[in-house]
Amino acid sequence: MAYIQDVFPIVQKKNLAKNIFDLTISCPHIAAEAVPGQFVHVKAPGFQLRRPISICGIDKVKGTIRIVFEIRGEGTEKIAGLNPGDLIDVFGPLGHGYTILPPESKVVVIGGGIGVPPLLQTAAAYGKNATAIIGFRNAAAVILKEDFEKNGARVILCTDDGTAGVHGFVTTALEKLLAEEKPDLICACGPMPMLKGVAAMAEEKGIACEISLEERMACGVGACLGCACKTVKNGVEGYSHVCKDGPVFNSKEVRF
Amino acid sequence: MADLHVKVAGVSFKNPVIPASGAFGFGREYEKLYPLSRLGGISCKGTTLNLKDGNPPPRIAETPSGMLNSVGLQNPGIDHFIEVELPYLMQKDLTIIANVAGSTVEDCIEIAHRLEGTAVDMIELNISCPNVKQGGAAFGTSPEMAASVTRAVRNATTKPLMVKLSPNVTSIVDIAKAVEAEGADAVSLINTLLGMRIDINTRRPILRNNVGGLSGPAVFPVAVRMVWQVANAVKVPVVGMGGIASGKDAIEMMMAGASAVQVGAAIFADPYAPIHIIDEMNEWLDEHGIASVNDIVGTVQPW
Ligand SMILES: Cc1cc2nc3c(=O)[nH]c(=O)nc-3n(C[C@H](O)[C@H](O)[C@H](O)COP(=O)(O)OP(=O)(O)OC[C@H]3O[C@@H](n4cnc5c(N)ncnc54)[C@H](O)[C@@H]3O)c2cc1C
Ligand SMILES: Cc1cc2nc3c(=O)[nH]c(=O)nc-3n(C[C@H](O)[C@H](O)[C@H](O)COP(=O)(O)O)c2cc1C
Ligand code: FES
Repeated sequence: MAYIQDVFPIVQKKNLAKNIFDLTISCPHIAAEAVPGQFVHVKAPGFQLRRPISICGIDKVKGTIRIVFEIRGEGTEKIAGLNPGDLIDVFGPLGHGYTILPPESKVVVIGGGIGVPPLLQTAAAYGKNATAIIGFRNAAAVILKEDFEKNGARVILCTDDGTAGVHGFVTTALEKLLAEEKPDLICACGPMPMLKGVAAMAEEKGIACEISLEERMACGVGACLGCACKTVKNGVEGYSHVCKDGPVFNSKEVRF
Repeated sequence: MADLHVKVAGVSFKNPVIPASGAFGFGREYEKLYPLSRLGGISCKGTTLNLKDGNPPPRIAETPSGMLNSVGLQNPGIDHFIEVELPYLMQKDLTIIANVAGSTVEDCIEIAHRLEGTAVDMIELNISCPNVKQGGAAFGTSPEMAASVTRAVRNATTKPLMVKLSPNVTSIVDIAKAVEAEGADAVSLINTLLGMRIDINTRRPILRNNVGGLSGPAVFPVAVRMVWQVANAVKVPVVGMGGIASGKDAIEMMMAGASAVQVGAAIFADPYAPIHIIDEMNEWLDEHGIASVNDIVGTVQPW
């Protein structure tokens, strides 16, 4: 698999919710290589380190990718300041994504907040056989719901305050679902406590589970060994690297 | 097209640009972007006697025009290097520098022994790592310790030996002279400067190790100054690094006295940085009608 780094035009920009932006970038070679769950390393103008952002959508026909991100600091604020027609410096596609099973498989994708975007393209691979459990703080923070529905997924929307969808956490919704159904795979992305909860439930029910992790990065390709995370492989504990061995890991390998 | 070929301690490099240890792994990842044969050489990830896990994360923090790292020398160990990484690099037509890091003098000697007879072109001995036997202070922080580890490795290897100096010292010139006196064939500098960042909301250091090494453009003027001082004090060649991000930076470093340069953190901002630097150096030399890059080494005219 090749890596590509260059500047590419932004063809569309949307503001999905407060501080959350959605950029469509025309980069045919990256779109051609990309698979769901991978990320791109984006240069924030004026900053030394690139910002890792998951690929939310891949359109291989139009040659575009879509990234959805939240302003968390100065770098993402700079990236959010870019507009259609501007060039954005992107390096990717990087890392390895979620396992893609045959399309008839029953798959649950589950995510919280800004952990939701990388699940969209993953769910799309299964059409109506996908269930998306997506959680947000409140109704105003909800993003991408219609996008999941457009791809055919059954959507279970949760909010912390009950202003939209089910009142409560995504893990509660997952527990309910697993009492009645046994999916072939669970794909999760979101804050660590949520991932830990999902992994424990999957383990208990004997369901395969893959989770996407975050760590501070420099190179993004596995060369600098900066983005270490504790894993257990073949009984041996050690450090894997989120950018190269992940960001998606088998939940059984991750030491929380 | 200027002549970019340089020699450091008898070792040939097709151009003076070498990815720095720790920023480029063993090259594999970047071969997916450009052929490694374009590079003058590679300084491989610092290698210890046995596999080393490194420090807990977070290991990376951003700083104004730079970064901190506390990777903690995670590496697969010298045998893995010799059996797996070296055969890969040997097919790539570039000069190979093994970066050696030991926590005791005995470890350094053993690593040098194992590299004897391999295709490694040069040893770069990193004396910035803590000397476990001597209470954990880095070998590179006193001229006496720097001299003793250099002497030991000098006696253990027939390969050209370059000693990599730490900037976290009172006088880097004294250390450079001490290692030169013990038979170092070259010195390289600078390693990272010790730094720290704190998240003011959590009042926790960003790095799990609390402190880490600063590199990137922020350290460039410090590196130029140290290379200039050392080049004026020793007869052996100096390989300069610290914050180089453009062809002009590399030219400046060579005018300060470096015979070749290494590039680290710049690769994280631009994975093509070493290639761009080579091309920009070549253009600059052509524009100025300079036939060989060797003609600029140490040509700064101090006031
Ligand atoms: C594989 C991966 C995929 C990601 N996908 C998305 C996504 O799709 N949408 C989204 O909004 N965010 C995503 N993130 C998180 C995003 O990278 C951070 O929010 C962003 O780097 C913060 O940069 P900043 O300049 O705003 O913050 P600052 O705090 O100013 O950044 C300082 C430094 O810390 C790093 N940093 C800070 N927070 C994080 C973090 N959570 N993870 C990694 N590095 C961090 C920055 O990259 C930078 O080097 C992802 C992270 C990873 C590792
Ligand atoms: C992530 C990272 C890892 C490093 N690992 C090593 C190492 O293993 N051995 C070593 O001698 N220097 C190591 N260094 C130091 C660099 O080789 C170089 O001396 C320093 O970063 C200054 O150059 P720069 O500003 O171009 O990065 C490392 C630097 C970074 C950023
Ligand atoms: S960021 Fe360099 S190894 Fe992951």
